[in-house]
Amino acid sequence: MLEEVSAVDQGDMIINIGPQHPSTHGVLQLVVTLNGETIKKVEPHLGFIHRSIEKMCESLTYRQFIYVTSRMDYLSSHINNHGCALCVEKGMQIEIPDRAKVIRVLMDELTRIASHELWWGAMAMDLGAFTPFFLSFRERETITDIMEDTCGARLTMNYIVPGGVMAELHPDFQKKVKAFIKLFREKADQYNELVTGNIIFQSRMKNVGVLSKEDAISYGCTGPTARGSGVNCDIRKLYPYEIYDQLKFDEVIETGCDSFSRYLVRVKEMYQSISIIEQLIDNIPEGDFQAKTKAVLKLPKGEFYTRVETARGELGVYIVSEGATTPYRIKFRSPGFSNLSALNHMAKGGKIGDLVAMMGTLDLVIPDIDR
Amino acid sequence: MWSLGNIAHSIDVWLNQTFSPALALLIEFVIVGTMAISLFAVLGLVLVFMERKVSAYMQIRVGPNRVGPKGMFQTFADTIKLLLKEGLTPTGSDKFLFNLAPVIAIISAMLLLAPIAFAKDFQMWDLNIGVLYVSAISSVAVISILMAGWSSNNKYSLLGAMRSGAQIVSYELSAGLSILAIIVLVGSLKMTDIVASQETGWWLFKGHIPALIAFVIFIIAATAETNRAPFDLAEAESELTAGFHTEYSGMRFALFFLAEYVNIFIVCAIGATLFLGGWMPFHIGQWTAFNHVMDFIPSSLWFFGKTFFLIFLIMWFRWTFPRLRVDQLLNLEWKYLLPISMFNLLLATAIAILGWHF
Repeated sequence: MLEEVSAVDQGDMIINIGPQHPSTHGVLQLVVTLNGETIKKVEPHLGFIHRSIEKMCESLTYRQFIYVTSRMDYLSSHINNHGCALCVEKGMQIEIPDRAKVIRVLMDELTRIASHELWWGAMAMDLGAFTPFFLSFRERETITDIMEDTCGARLTMNYIVPGGVMAELHPDFQKKVKAFIKLFREKADQYNELVTGNIIFQSRMKNVGVLSKEDAISYGCTGPTARGSGVNCDIRKLYPYEIYDQLKFDEVIETGCDSFSRYLVRVKEMYQSISIIEQLIDNIPEGDFQAKTKAVLKLPKGEFYTRVETARGELGVYIVSEGATTPYRIKFRSPGFSNLSALNHMAKGGKIGDLVAMMGTLDLVIPDIDR
Repeated sequence: MWSLGNIAHSIDVWLNQTFSPALALLIEFVIVGTMAISLFAVLGLVLVFMERKVSAYMQIRVGPNRVGPKGMFQTFADTIKLLLKEGLTPTGSDKFLFNLAPVIAIISAMLLLAPIAFAKDFQMWDLNIGVLYVSAISSVAVISILMAGWSSNNKYSLLGAMRSGAQIVSYELSAGLSILAIIVLVGSLKMTDIVASQETGWWLFKGHIPALIAFVIFIIAATAETNRAPFDLAEAESELTAGFHTEYSGMRFALFFLAEYVNIFIVCAIGATLFLGGWMPFHIGQWTAFNHVMDFIPSSLWFFGKTFFLIFLIMWFRWTFPRLRVDQLLNLEWKYLLPISMFNLLLATAIAILGWHF
């Protein structure tokens, strides 16, 4: 990303895509070198939405800093909170009640579906089909309603506290989630017919933006982006946290290495998440939803690292503690940043239309990249 | 019987009786010109409103519903807004071409209204090369797009214009060939002859397989020629922000917008005339009683009904399909549509010579 802009050949055109552009989905600037319609180079410029979240966290207590991370990857804010809480719990060695674990996982998977639903609509819109965007938002709305009931918020839930979750589930929670599962199963097949099976859609996606398994690993791609290239990287399987080791679900892996396989991974993941929710929704154990913790948390001196699987990939939370009430240093390993770094490699030789499709399949959330 | 044709005829007779023939002709010119312009404006308003309602229906939304009953005056409000807006001319642009481009777009769209038969005996200019005239004038529109893209001094505009140039020029071939398939069956380029030839049934049903293939190809090519999704590469919102009219604002943008919608109307009207009988009611061969009943529905209703059906079809495409990529777009034309329509033309010719059509 820091390499010099190469000398521009005769007839090449440099074009700025973003920071205000309909398909960057945020304030990302891409400086694209074009030869006609063919892409020679893509150079992402970051920093338009840098809020120094990591620095901010250093002045917040271990109870407070969790909620700042909702503003990183706002589409999977619950999972971000989860990762931070896990790190604090690891440091404090807090045992979490079973009920809290199940609730957390349920909410994680709902968040994942909501995020993938939004991605699905935006992906189709990037390719020029507007209607799927509205359809997917209808389902997403159901999830945000469920979230609103229990967490009090729709996007940045802030529901997790170190030691469990903040509040008891809403009485309607199970009923509404079951209704959602029914709705999802009804609609998802229709949507697959509308978009996945469409010949224009497939021809736009297949053999486009090829990212080989080796490249995916060397660029540090994670999540559906890497699994579309056949990399085995689901944190829920590899380093299970909470109760993921007791659940039955498949790690979705496609070996097509192109945009279409990345698309398929996300679509199939929604079905996997639904099956996880189905396993848990009737088996939420009774008990406390929060462990008893001290009023002021002080992590022991040392370094702590946890990782979780967000909707976009692996989120690493790294805390360095000096034994005070606030962290000495915090570093987040965000999935979007690494995934974006593969864009130049994927886009070379493609057309502008391909670039938009590739950005769609990377599922970029700009505040996650910039923090 | 009371019809648009009769009204036009009686006005013509009255004018010729009252004034000298030259003056009467002049007055008729003025009337026709005014009507063309007002039809233009009405079409723009109706089609924009229709598009918004159709898309809303497909996207489980309500659509405009605030201004006037059921939101019917929404497009009027939009027009007023566009009229009052400042039309910016970017520095570094070629000012003359930049201002000329929307005018050419609108003029070429307006000229296309001339040979269209809106109802029985109700046509501005029944020239003997009607269909050829239409395909000739519709290719002028591409000049305005190229002009707009080049003079804007914007890279997005330039890319959009270049795409559109390649696209319209290629798709005109298969559009022309699919039109030719019907021309071969009819044996005339004149609009009235084409419509009259469909008295015993529309070409879509009479013309066997070639007419059917030609119709499908024509609809695809018409969608591409009017820069509509899935062929809206010239505008390609998610790629080129707004393509060739990125730098246009205010009324100059509105002219492009209007021209686009009127072009949709015109290609659909041509399609309806060639394949669905124009103003000709739905007739089946020798069923005189049935045909007579059908004749009671006014011819203008038939014409507008068919045209708006095709327009709905094209809107349906737009809100369903994703966009093609530029190389796929050209592949589709040169590798599939063009060979098929060439072969189709031969087939149509064979059928016309052997007299196999109904």
